[in-house]
Amino acid sequence: MTSIAEERTAAGGSAPRVELRSLDTLWFQVGGTVCNLACTHCFISCSPTNHTHEMLRLAEVERTLDEAVRLGVREYYFTGGEPFLNPDMEAILEATLKIGPAGVLTNGLLLDPARCARLAALAEASDYSLDLRVSLDGYDAATNDPIRGAGTFERILAGIRNLVAAGLNPVITVTEVCRDAGTDAGKERFFALLRDLGIDKPRLKILPVFQIGAEAERGGAYASWQRLRDGEVPPGGLDHLQCSACRMVTDQGVWVCPILVNEPSGKMGETLADSLGSFPLEHSACWTCHVYGVSCKT
Amino acid sequence: MSETALKKLTVHRGLATWGERLVPLGAFHAATAAAGRRLAPAERAAAEQTYLRSERDATPVEGPWSRIAVCGGVYSNRFGLAALLEDAARRGAEAIYCLGDLGGFGPEPEAVWPLLRQGNVRAIQGNYEESLAAGREDCNCGYTDPRDNHFAALSYGYTARGCSPAFRAWMGGLPHRRRVRVGDRELLLVHGSPRRINEFLFRSTAPVPFLEVLLDQNGCDGLLCTHTGLHWHRRLPSGRDVVNVGVIGRPANDGDTRVWYALLEARGESAGGLAVELVPLVYDHPALAAAMRRERLPEEFVATVLTGWWTTCLEILPARERAASRY
Repeated sequence: MTSIAEERTAAGGSAPRVELRSLDTLWFQVGGTVCNLACTHCFISCSPTNHTHEMLRLAEVERTLDEAVRLGVREYYFTGGEPFLNPDMEAILEATLKIGPAGVLTNGLLLDPARCARLAALAEASDYSLDLRVSLDGYDAATNDPIRGAGTFERILAGIRNLVAAGLNPVITVTEVCRDAGTDAGKERFFALLRDLGIDKPRLKILPVFQIGAEAERGGAYASWQRLRDGEVPPGGLDHLQCSACRMVTDQGVWVCPILVNEPSGKMGETLADSLGSFPLEHSACWTCHVYGVSCKT
Repeated sequence: MSETALKKLTVHRGLATWGERLVPLGAFHAATAAAGRRLAPAERAAAEQTYLRSERDATPVEGPWSRIAVCGGVYSNRFGLAALLEDAARRGAEAIYCLGDLGGFGPEPEAVWPLLRQGNVRAIQGNYEESLAAGREDCNCGYTDPRDNHFAALSYGYTARGCSPAFRAWMGGLPHRRRVRVGDRELLLVHGSPRRINEFLFRSTAPVPFLEVLLDQNGCDGLLCTHTGLHWHRRLPSGRDVVNVGVIGRPANDGDTRVWYALLEARGESAGGLAVELVPLVYDHPALAAAMRRERLPEEFVATVLTGWWTTCLEILPARERAASRY
């Protein structure tokens, strides 16, 4: 008798396909894969020297925003790399906030008081929400810094303080690399930390890890059975997947989701119109999204 | 700087990360250039048209009316519902519609049923009715925060215990959407959104281009929804209206104990076609609070009734709405 894992490996089989229900969430790899940090769990291995994807310029983003308006996109997210390394980032946000709500995923290191004041002014001027999501991977320097880099805990907290002082209440994003972050007790520790920073309405998002990129080296790669097969997903059971309602734009085209940008097979086309079809969930990371019910959205 | 740290900062020079492999940048760029579809301009236009196609449903159109009142979640607030029936009648509403979520939050859920029938309220199902009628174990409210889910489970359990099989069966027979004509305008009435019963349409996260496409796809001149608990109205550049009518079950998280509903009135096209008024409603909120305490419902809920500020279900608020919130 063979184990379930062996059966799955032997069976091979085709992956289920996910249809695009509606293009609600549009992501931009606005910082490329260039980052001022080199976190050990980064699923796309961003670093100061990683130019797999380059930054997006304002004109490139605006071209896609025109298409997005025609297609009725509901919300926009910006990530990298570190988005605020991109000199066009604030102009991009200004253009975006005219047509919809925006979220920026940042490591918090470039959030000085002047930038935070400008971001608060952009938020104030818009009809729509602006969310800043700041990544943190520990309750203190001892737990955070081995993941995100020496000295980062204090610098991230300084960025959060600057946001709060400007009147912006960030969503703190923690991955489950941080021990117990996913438990109620772990969340309570983060809430306590944020209250100590003077945040009376703490906001927190916990994400599981994707065992790809740098994380594959740190925590281990996926096993071969960790893949979705046709028939393992109930009919209509893929609506919870973000790829059923999102696309990701990088300098090299449109990808199915924010996770697979370092997989050429995750690319769907050159424009949004090229990418409105279905996608095969054949990557191991697709298994994580399905099993953990992950959404990269806030 | 340690050797490991230095390596981490320089490892990608000239190289791309392809999954876990490092390959020359040119190899990755060549692979991505060949990947995906590259449609011709005419094919792109056709793909957009297919995506944007209208999905007109067979829902019969009610009316035409010249003036209607539309309320959102009742949340077992019979005092709010009684005030609504009186106010709508006083303002000359010819019909009263309710967009679902009859139960939850408040006391003695079945007490709203006779009022709904007496007022001839035309209701649709919310996620609460759908869940109760199907015997689901949770309200399908769509929360992620454990604290929100704790209170949602508490109020769903209380409501489920307090609904007779007959009341549940009646809920299960309610339609999921209605189409209503007010003057020349055909309005689509849903609970969350036309796409999902528990989709949240908050003002700060329901942008104009999105709403225009949503109305195109559903072939209507206006959209009325609830589910978020917060009322708003947006007139689109196309001249159509989207109204979140709010709820009459609990206050709107603004420090005011009143609850809200919407009054819609036909106007000539030269006067905009439709007048939308969001109406604040005074009701006997101390009586509601007292009834909730008798039923030993959480003090957190009672505080909301007495102060106008939400104490639970805050995690789902977008940045803008959360900033305006006390908690």
